[in-house]
Amino acid sequence: MEAFLYQITSGLANGIIYGSVALALVMIYQATHHINFAQGEMATFSTFIAWALINEAGWSYWAAFFFTVAVSFAGGLLVQRIVLKPIEKAPVLTNVIVFIGLLLIFNALSGMFFDHTIKAFDSPFPKDSALAGKYFSAHQLGSAGVLIVVLVALFAFFKYTSVGLAMRAAAQNPDSAKLVGIRVSWMLGLGWGLAAAIGAVAGMMVAPIVFLDPNMMAGILLYGFAGALLGGIDNPPAAVLGGLVVGVLENLLGAYVIGTELKLTVALVLIVGTLTLRPDGLFGKKVVTRV
Amino acid sequence: MAKLFEAKKLSAFYGATQVLFDIDFAIDAGKITTILGANGAGKTTTLRALCQIVRTTGSMTLNTGAGDVQLVGKSTDAIVRMGVAHVPDGRGTFTTLSVEDNLKLGAYVRSDKDAVAKDMEHCFQLFPRLRERRTQQAGTLSGGEQQMLAISRALMLKPKLLLLDEPSFGLAPLIVAEIFRIMRQINVEDGVSMLLVEQNASLALNLAHHAYLLETGTVALSGPAEQIKNDESVRRAYLGY
Amino acid sequence: MKALDRKWVWIWGALLLVILLILPFLFKNYRVFQFNLVLVYAIAILGLNVLTGFNGQFSLGHGAFYAFGAYTAAILMDKLGVPYWATLPAAFVFCFGFGILMGFPALRLAGHFLALATFALALAVPQLLKYKHIEHLTGGVQGIVLTKPEPPFSFRFLDQPFSSDRWLYYFTLAVAALMFLLVWNLLRGRVGRALIAVRDHPIAATAMGINLTLFKSMTFGVSAGITGLAGALGAIVVAFVSPDSFTVNLSIFLLVGVVVGGLASIPGAIFGGIFIQFVPNIADEISKSAPAAIYGLVLIGFMYLLPMGVMGGLYKLWFRLRSKASG
Repeated sequence: MEAFLYQITSGLANGIIYGSVALALVMIYQATHHINFAQGEMATFSTFIAWALINEAGWSYWAAFFFTVAVSFAGGLLVQRIVLKPIEKAPVLTNVIVFIGLLLIFNALSGMFFDHTIKAFDSPFPKDSALAGKYFSAHQLGSAGVLIVVLVALFAFFKYTSVGLAMRAAAQNPDSAKLVGIRVSWMLGLGWGLAAAIGAVAGMMVAPIVFLDPNMMAGILLYGFAGALLGGIDNPPAAVLGGLVVGVLENLLGAYVIGTELKLTVALVLIVGTLTLRPDGLFGKKVVTRV
Repeated sequence: MAKLFEAKKLSAFYGATQVLFDIDFAIDAGKITTILGANGAGKTTTLRALCQIVRTTGSMTLNTGAGDVQLVGKSTDAIVRMGVAHVPDGRGTFTTLSVEDNLKLGAYVRSDKDAVAKDMEHCFQLFPRLRERRTQQAGTLSGGEQQMLAISRALMLKPKLLLLDEPSFGLAPLIVAEIFRIMRQINVEDGVSMLLVEQNASLALNLAHHAYLLETGTVALSGPAEQIKNDESVRRAYLGY
Repeated sequence: MKALDRKWVWIWGALLLVILLILPFLFKNYRVFQFNLVLVYAIAILGLNVLTGFNGQFSLGHGAFYAFGAYTAAILMDKLGVPYWATLPAAFVFCFGFGILMGFPALRLAGHFLALATFALALAVPQLLKYKHIEHLTGGVQGIVLTKPEPPFSFRFLDQPFSSDRWLYYFTLAVAALMFLLVWNLLRGRVGRALIAVRDHPIAATAMGINLTLFKSMTFGVSAGITGLAGALGAIVVAFVSPDSFTVNLSIFLLVGVVVGGLASIPGAIFGGIFIQFVPNIADEISKSAPAAIYGLVLIGFMYLLPMGVMGGLYKLWFRLRSKASG
């Protein structure tokens, strides 16, 4: 029983990371109808920046954290403005290819600036702190806390601010958004900035667990996709929920059903299964329109 | 009569295809001007040209109260900020957002946020059905209600110029009559100038003060609405009734 | 074409053929080995192009079919003693079947969702290949070591022996020529037009009587089969298979090859093969990350500047020269 509970709690702790990545993916999908294949590599690169600030420039953890988030936001915005805007109207295949190109470039940047040796990334929540509990390590609780704060802030932003409303409008109906004076292009850039920032936070929360190297996020990206699809690719809160489900499933299936070596295959089956059987996800909103 | 807007030698293009050919037209301040014509004549394109959603050449000047501003070459959001509100064909509501959010978005560019609440109240008075549905998703509204919502959203801008693209399209006659009655009310009470694009010529001519008739991208006819309405030969030749 | 033109085509063609035939004896073994890989990749890229370029279905996971073809060949040769040339049709058939299987869910997925699903497949493959329970077949993490086939007879030419690599060169050249010819023939006729119709106007295609389900799955199958066959050939040429040779990078490289050569271009596959074989070798000298950076820039750059790939660029150049000559 204890072991089972442990699988669930650690699954939830991982799941919130997957959920955050899923959220970043859903945000970009909602705004642009494109899947950001480069999301993982961008997050890794951000994490490397944080690592360098802490370990080579001697910054404190939280100073590096906030700086990295800000830089990632700016970076995401720039990528959208410079690389993606010109091909906004191009066919889907063109966009997919460019996304893969970005994936490669960010992966290369991580390798070029920070080389390929695996690095340790210290958690800001040390093992023996007061936070540690029976089922959650200090880091798991701490990182879950950070991510929950981020997610809540994001939801409040979208629900209660006028820029958040404008972004939702621009994503849902860019033509009408233009007619009320929204600069749709900049909204897309903002969306990318936010997604990049979320990715950076997720990366920094994951690095202490899996160690930092250029390919750190590849598997997590896959889980993020699975979570986003499971929740419903057009439903941000459900995407987070989907991530949690994937986290728990990963652990349960790994411990009791197939063994831990086929975890990525599990993600694959989840993705293909969801896409084929329930493409709207478990909670996807079917948009009601009267013709 | 003060001219709110004047277009001179306006041409519009979809890519390489030219749709409007050097047309001239004007909108009088405080009046309702209508553009009539058959399918494909270029009516919707004219409205899109005004908002710079399509590529144009020529000149379009808007009297903003602080002088005349050239609209050609401006961005759509800049034109919206000058007080031009566009109710597109097909309503263009934000279907997954609530009625209230749709209205808030109409006031997006305004800086006087306190007045916004009052203006929302004004819209609910004009269209009580919207008040009943204020928290509903816009996509669940009927066609007529969505048209009311689209017009209200445009009014939330407190526009100098209201552009309407085929507001009668696909709606039952009773609803259309109600909407057109309210459009006249808006024009008379709030002094909003309007440019109305319509296929339903009789409806439009009953409402408008001035009319233009477009035929394959050129102005075939123009004059006071009353005159055109009463001229049988013109009606039969151009408007089919 | 004018009679004079035809003569020149024949002359240049014959010259090209002669060069191709004596090529392996002009270079050292290792270089010949690299040429072999170029041909293998060209076939793999051709397979992907049939699906993505001609039929518009994305696959970011063709490396998986390549891997399955390679392992099919390796297992047949290593565990069952099947002669190397016989593994090729076996790999084709097996991957064809697997491709059709993937083709069914693909029907319901469009655009980036299909890309996503195939991307997931590519990411999952190495783990799958390392799975404990099939280790006795796949050799687990260590993979399977094979022996390169000996040439059927020996001689010397231009002072170089007729080695395994050189024999394999002719073998792969023949297979490549055959595959290109088959695909060219297939796409030239009704099937080709149907493929493109399905890509560009699926609803209209259905109205014309094309059974979309059957057609798209078959295309997936054929495409997977061709790339699987390339994988088998690759296993023979390299004489080794291991899970880490078939990471998601392979799928991405094949995509790069398609983009460089030209979407929906058959001859372009050769340029693609040359590119993905030689660029990493050169780029590696600069830095370990350079190949990835170059590929990334190439993908983005080509989409901006040369969306029809090298072949597209060459065609444009050719037309410009021709119109200058006649104008």
